[in-house]
Amino acid sequence: MRMLPWIGLAILAVTPLLGLGNYPLHLLIMVLLWGYVYTSWSIMGRLGMVSFGHGAFLGIGAYVVTMGWNHYGLTPWMGVPIALAVTAIVAFLIGYPCFRYKIVGHYFALVTLALSEVTRLLIVALRDQTGGSLGVTPKTALTDASYSLFALQFSNKLIWFYIVLVFWLIGLWIWKKVDQSMGRLALEAISQEEDASASIGINVTRLKLGVTMISALMTCFGGVLYAQYQLYVNPETVSGIGISLQMVFGVIAGGMYVRLGPTVGAAFTLLLAEGLRLGFGNKFHALDTTVYGLMLVLFIIYMPKGILGAAMEAMKAKRPGVAPATS
Amino acid sequence: MSQIFDVFLLESVLNGLLLGGLLALLSLGLNLIFGVIDVVWICYAELIMVGMYAVYYFHVVFGWPLIPAMLAGVAIVAVCGAALHYFVIRPVLGAEPINQLLVTGGVLFFLQAAATLVFGIEFKNLGVTFAPVVVGDISFSMPRLIAFGVALAGMLGMYLLLTRTYIGTAIRAISQDRAIMPLMGVNPGRIFIITSAIGGALAGLGSCLLVLQYDIHPGIGLSFGPITFLICVLGGLGNMIGGFIAAFIFAQFISVGGFFLALEWGYVIAFLFFIGMMFWRPQGILGGK
Repeated sequence: MRMLPWIGLAILAVTPLLGLGNYPLHLLIMVLLWGYVYTSWSIMGRLGMVSFGHGAFLGIGAYVVTMGWNHYGLTPWMGVPIALAVTAIVAFLIGYPCFRYKIVGHYFALVTLALSEVTRLLIVALRDQTGGSLGVTPKTALTDASYSLFALQFSNKLIWFYIVLVFWLIGLWIWKKVDQSMGRLALEAISQEEDASASIGINVTRLKLGVTMISALMTCFGGVLYAQYQLYVNPETVSGIGISLQMVFGVIAGGMYVRLGPTVGAAFTLLLAEGLRLGFGNKFHALDTTVYGLMLVLFIIYMPKGILGAAMEAMKAKRPGVAPATS
Repeated sequence: MSQIFDVFLLESVLNGLLLGGLLALLSLGLNLIFGVIDVVWICYAELIMVGMYAVYYFHVVFGWPLIPAMLAGVAIVAVCGAALHYFVIRPVLGAEPINQLLVTGGVLFFLQAAATLVFGIEFKNLGVTFAPVVVGDISFSMPRLIAFGVALAGMLGMYLLLTRTYIGTAIRAISQDRAIMPLMGVNPGRIFIITSAIGGALAGLGSCLLVLQYDIHPGIGLSFGPITFLICVLGGLGNMIGGFIAAFIFAQFISVGGFFLALEWGYVIAFLFFIGMMFWRPQGILGGK
């Protein structure tokens, strides 16, 4: 049983070498990329901090790096630290007062929603620099080469697969580290009873801010990866209320409380969309989102632990006596 | 030159005032729902979109006169509101509060996508035009004046309903103490359904006013949904008078900010103001502790 994850990982790592077509490889990359982003969101989401503002961090990652490259010729190697610094500042400015003044639940969700809308509107408003709603393409560095390390652009999807795989694994590793830390127990206590936790000496603000920072910075990386891989970003796909909700719901569909849940959610939503698109063609535009929306409602009502969460519970129920899986 | 400048500024302030009335009406229904049922309908603006499509279909496609078409639109959204509560909210009332917020988010996706599926993404409009009303150097758009007047009338009607009728009294009582009212012989389930229908009807009224000013498309909910939530939160969720004031504040930011800079900047400033206010008065401008 202990070897199982490693075998799974080995299979995953060699899969693309077996001559997968371009399209399946692209899907695999997208699943891992969004799996990573959803995992980043869940790091704070599952501890009771439901953020609708992660579109902001994704957008900062994507746009700061792309703008630096397009306007100043700044290599992403320099752009990423800047984007991370901006994200950290924004996360602090929004997080500290929220946690200090105990803005939780609905209020936290709606305040962070304002943040992601501000980011989207700023990108649109600065259209002379960002291209506005039309989006922007990072200037290509691949005119006479198949890859450029300086511009962090690779035309080979295989390279992207391994980059994204590494990030995804790091995301899962961070999840585990957060899980094993003392802070997690404290944060779980906080999400149940904030005042009581504070009264037994838990520094609520500091812990919440720490987890928020981790989650925001990881999401920012996700934005960078998305922009560099797709080589096109627009304000709707990387910021604003749409993508922020999509993250939350992907996680819910997969299962917020198990480590692979967000990834399962990403795979599920992506394959559902692609499956319906292939099955029905583009004739029924938005059929996928219609089904998806309906399923979300049903999930939250009947299966609030998500697909993987429910599956693991069912497995546990079948085999009594097995120690609960360490998530 | 400075003379003209001031007239335009005055015009945008007054237009902001008119917009404020409309936003106040939009936030009223959401506030009512929150105050009574303690649930935020993230899909509220999508209900408004449903109403706009209903009015469009009755008026343009089925050829009904405008007023009956609008009344039918209000009725349909009211039914949607009640159905939303019965089928979606009621099963999760006992779950964690955040699930209630998220489940309506699922409805948001569903309605938006279903509208795309059924109605397509093209912009539709009623094709009704009004001549602008000119007062001195300032011109007002007629739909905005109508919207402002109807919004104020709607709010007054709401106030009278809540204070002068039995059902209104029951609604206010439930919003004050959810636990004790069943003991007093009030059936909370029924009150919740009625409240949801009223909230839906208010959304429907909002859609009648919006449909006169804006083109209808499946994404329209996202363009004024967020602002409606933020107004409610700024006013103190569930606090209708607070929401009323907040709507006018927001409208001025959007209108005057949009006048000096681009329209998006008006929104950016309004949202940043909101975030700032949250830290200063997290309970809302009129909210209690």
